[in-house]
Amino acid sequence: MMSKLESKEEKMLEVQFVGDDDVLNHILDREGGAKIKKERAQLLVNTKKIVKKPEYGLEEDDQEVLKDQNYVEVLGRDVQESLKNGSATDGGNKVYSFQNRKHPEKMAKLASELAKTPKKNVSFNLKNDPEIMIDIPQCSKGHSASDKVQLKNNDKSEFLSTAPRGLRKRLIVPRSHSDSESEYSASNSEDDEGASQEYEEDTNEVILSEKIQAQNRVASAPVCKETPSKKMKRDKTSDLVEEYFEAHSSSKVLTSDRTLQKLKRAKLDQQTLRNLLSKVSPSFSAELKQLNQQYEQLFHKWMLQLHLGFNIVLYGLGSKRNLLERFRTTMLQDCLHVVINGFFPGISVKSILNSITEEVLDHMGTFRSVLDQLDWIINKFKEDSSLELFLLIHNLDSQMLRGDKSQQIIGQLSSLRNIYLIASIDHLNAPLMWDHAKQSLYNWLWYETTTYSPYTEETSYENSLLVKQSGSLPLSSLTHVLRSLTPNARGIFRLLIKYQLDNQDNPSYIGLSFQDFYQQSREAFLVNSDLTLRAQLTEFRDHKLIRTKKGTDGVEYLLIPVDNGTLTDFLEMEEEEF
Amino acid sequence: MATSSVSKGCFVFKPNFKKRKISVPVEDYFNKGKDESEDSKLRFETYQLIWQQMKSETERLQEELNKNLFDSLIEFLQKSHSGFQKNSRDWGCQIKLREIPTAALVLGVNVTDHDLTFRSLTEVLQNNVTPYVVSLQAKDCPDMKHFLKKLTSQLMDCNMDVQSKEKESVQVTQKKTHYSMDSLSNWYMNVTQKTDPKMPRKKRTSSQWQSPPVVLILKDMESFTTKVLQDFIIISSQHRHEFPLILIFGIATSSIIIHRLLPHAVSSLLCIELFQSLSCKEHLNTVLDKLLLTTQFPFKLSEKVLQILTNIFLYHDFSIQNFIKGLQLSLLEHFCSQPLSVLCCNLPEAKRRINFLSDNQCENIRRLPSFRRYVEKQASEKQVALLTNERVLKEETQSLLENLHVYHMNYFLVLRYLHQFTSSLPKYPLGRQIRELYCTCLEKNVWDSEEYASALQLLRECLLPPETQPLHEVGYFSAAHTLRERLNAAPRVALHTALNNPYYYLKNEALRSEEGCIPNVAPDICIAYKLHLECSRLINLVDWLEAFATVVTAAEKMDANSVTSEERNEIIHARFIRAVSELELLGFIKPTKQKTDHVARLTWGGC
Repeated sequence: MMSKLESKEEKMLEVQFVGDDDVLNHILDREGGAKIKKERAQLLVNTKKIVKKPEYGLEEDDQEVLKDQNYVEVLGRDVQESLKNGSATDGGNKVYSFQNRKHPEKMAKLASELAKTPKKNVSFNLKNDPEIMIDIPQCSKGHSASDKVQLKNNDKSEFLSTAPRGLRKRLIVPRSHSDSESEYSASNSEDDEGASQEYEEDTNEVILSEKIQAQNRVASAPVCKETPSKKMKRDKTSDLVEEYFEAHSSSKVLTSDRTLQKLKRAKLDQQTLRNLLSKVSPSFSAELKQLNQQYEQLFHKWMLQLHLGFNIVLYGLGSKRNLLERFRTTMLQDCLHVVINGFFPGISVKSILNSITEEVLDHMGTFRSVLDQLDWIINKFKEDSSLELFLLIHNLDSQMLRGDKSQQIIGQLSSLRNIYLIASIDHLNAPLMWDHAKQSLYNWLWYETTTYSPYTEETSYENSLLVKQSGSLPLSSLTHVLRSLTPNARGIFRLLIKYQLDNQDNPSYIGLSFQDFYQQSREAFLVNSDLTLRAQLTEFRDHKLIRTKKGTDGVEYLLIPVDNGTLTDFLEMEEEEF
Repeated sequence: MATSSVSKGCFVFKPNFKKRKISVPVEDYFNKGKDESEDSKLRFETYQLIWQQMKSETERLQEELNKNLFDSLIEFLQKSHSGFQKNSRDWGCQIKLREIPTAALVLGVNVTDHDLTFRSLTEVLQNNVTPYVVSLQAKDCPDMKHFLKKLTSQLMDCNMDVQSKEKESVQVTQKKTHYSMDSLSNWYMNVTQKTDPKMPRKKRTSSQWQSPPVVLILKDMESFTTKVLQDFIIISSQHRHEFPLILIFGIATSSIIIHRLLPHAVSSLLCIELFQSLSCKEHLNTVLDKLLLTTQFPFKLSEKVLQILTNIFLYHDFSIQNFIKGLQLSLLEHFCSQPLSVLCCNLPEAKRRINFLSDNQCENIRRLPSFRRYVEKQASEKQVALLTNERVLKEETQSLLENLHVYHMNYFLVLRYLHQFTSSLPKYPLGRQIRELYCTCLEKNVWDSEEYASALQLLRECLLPPETQPLHEVGYFSAAHTLRERLNAAPRVALHTALNNPYYYLKNEALRSEEGCIPNVAPDICIAYKLHLECSRLINLVDWLEAFATVVTAAEKMDANSVTSEERNEIIHARFIRAVSELELLGFIKPTKQKTDHVARLTWGGC
């Protein structure tokens, strides 16, 4: 009974009379209440007087105070649910929050924590096991101060499960310049050297940022030892506002200077990467299969909804390529359809339209512009209502298709009654591509299809960060271009290559100056005047074989923008041939 | 796979023609996987019927609502053009002649609905005022040249409509002409003189004029470049005496935008009159009133569903079109998911259909919660009869459906009455709009609020929430969850959940974890993601790789003895590369040149 009354009161509270001013305040509060905005709002009020029929618009809103609470209750329920199940308790805060300052060592620390967590079930046992609790001091005694800090930070005992010594050692390596490390690595000379070198490099940054680091527990050993107590205090007082400004104030970001080169692991090429990954046995295959089966049951519904004028967009983590491919093979065998790989780097709206006009509609003519082509297609489809076309677009949000114009055109296609579009999106900001007008063109129905499948095909084209672009392409184009040149021109180019390779160990090498180049070419009887050389260089430049750069002394320097390995290969090949 | 290639991105698949002709009828997709005995074919037909009725009803409403606006617009156009027509030498008229008559049409922020309005406006104008109605959008007119080109070509098209398509060859030659206001004036002279002796084939009302005006609609006034607008207005005011232009501005925000876009010198060349379309909220109210608060359509929405639809409308887009889309989806989902929706049609038809219900469907009725509650209240012999005898059941269902119908009749009547009664009360305790009241009534007994208990005894019988009525499931769609997922998806939250809590999707005990933690056996991308959360703006790849390796090796400890450690390291490296590339694809990180071997984070917070 009580609860019922309460709920009634809550209900009552939702509707209230609010004057114009309050509404304004309310709106301004929500938007951050800047002064400029206030002025604008007043302007809006003025316009009301100008507008002829004042019953429209603003006034109506007065009483309908749209409360966040109400919105969350109705539209945000799903979100709340999944977030509760997820790691975050306070919903939106976790998904959308401010940038905050993170200590460079936090990642390694988290990694070691994660590594030490064998299984959750085990950790529960540990928690309740008094014997192991007693072990704690013994465990941490010999180890680092940072472990103690960790202890305070999270009471979870699971990370105390005694890790084998080998593992522990490896865990600590990444924390190369942490407080704990310096204590620990006294016995570990190798790492210590490396670490101390980095200290020197970082010291300036460290001192600069020391003041503004809220959670500066273990920035560097010397600083830490000087003012440990102060920091602890600051730790407690730091609040959200401070953190915000700290994170945004300095443009310098403190990260370690280690590079992949030092880590003697060569960049992998696409092929090796694939081979290596094929050896990984996929985990959770049963669960993944179950997920996929769940989605496959929707195929009929998708077909129905596509036919009734909706279009379908799939989102969620994991590649949706295989799922769409299965949809295609099971449902679309007897239908006219086009598969579009949005992730293909050479894709464009033009190529999509071309394949529709040329291959679907068998039209051989050309069009003056993309818009003309679109109009032609639209007319064709409007004229012939028996024509039906399915468009399957993998990654509608890809780099090549996400532009406003492309989206507008695809949207217009999809709004046709006899073109059915089913597409997938992956980028987390993908929905920003569509304003209201485009959304109404697309007429989407959203389906979440989280698959956890690797984006193998989608990322294989990308200039991925750690993947070596195979050198074969530049090499073949080099030989191709050079074969079309005169023997003299080839000789000139070879001179430049040799000079560049001779200087490959010189870090300050900026190129061969034109004068020197002329001198050398002349001595080798390749040119007879600097004009001939210049003409030759223009040709090289047109083929993007060389780049010129003005040095500090105003002299022109010539450089081949190809990596030295490829150049060596090229020279070897040349020598074999001639 | 046939759909991957390094040389192209589009793959066309054509079935052989014989096969294509036997295309699958749409209702087959409706049936599939469902029991044939559940009348799916009939259900689909009913769906289509009701949807068609609802659709034409909304279109009729739209027309009706726009009627006043269009009438006053037409009146304005006729009045302002009569000056040109008279060609009077009166000085005042001469001055006025220099001003371009302009109608500023304030349509509100629901831009998605504007297209429909403009389309019917064009139609109305072409039927009543002039054949020359052209509409332009800002995106087609980045500069003066394109503006005139579009204007000219569209005008010529209008002309073609009037004089059939015999002059196609003329048009082709004209394409090469230089686009200018002069050429437009010439064209206009030609056209008006030519049509005169010939007499237009169709006896339009517009033919009452020798020289009909040219109406130019700028659909989205706000988006036009100031310069283009200004230039066009200045130029065309110069040609006003030979080219009778009338402008219509489509405005989404407020009329003040005209003065912001046009300086006084330019706006003084216009003779502006303001027109206001009906507010979209009023439009929504009318739609609700005519589609849902009526017994005309047997299909109803539950409180939650209605709330979702109105909230999307009020908080997101103010778009009637989207609201209708939501309604259509609800209708479709209802007929798909509820086998008894076959009875969701008009009463006589439903009664007829009851007679043909299969045994299976009878079982479905018995399983309805509302029907079970009803049965429990009956005497025991009747209970037995209802649960065992099909004939008794069918008769009872017929009478129950009748009751439901009566209930709705009373319901909406009393609802309107109550709304009249309370909508003018101070503070609007039961809401200002009838939809708010409707939602309240759908949800609970409205008289439970003390204030109304004493005053309105009559309500008790009539405004009972629909859940109390047996067989309400037939007509009420209540799967609010589905609707929300389809229309108001939160892709970013889905990513967040998938990365932070894989157990939500993969129900494997090994993945179960406490809040904020992630087990080290989780998918690679989850681990890489979790680690990157601990970094600030830049991430050192080496550190990241090592942290990743630490976690992954720990997870593999038990089963990876077979491979050599060097190979294992390589594999881990490869897995790391994959995870990082995937995070890049998803937009969490991007490569940066600020520091070697670093990537930049693109998000803050947990996602």
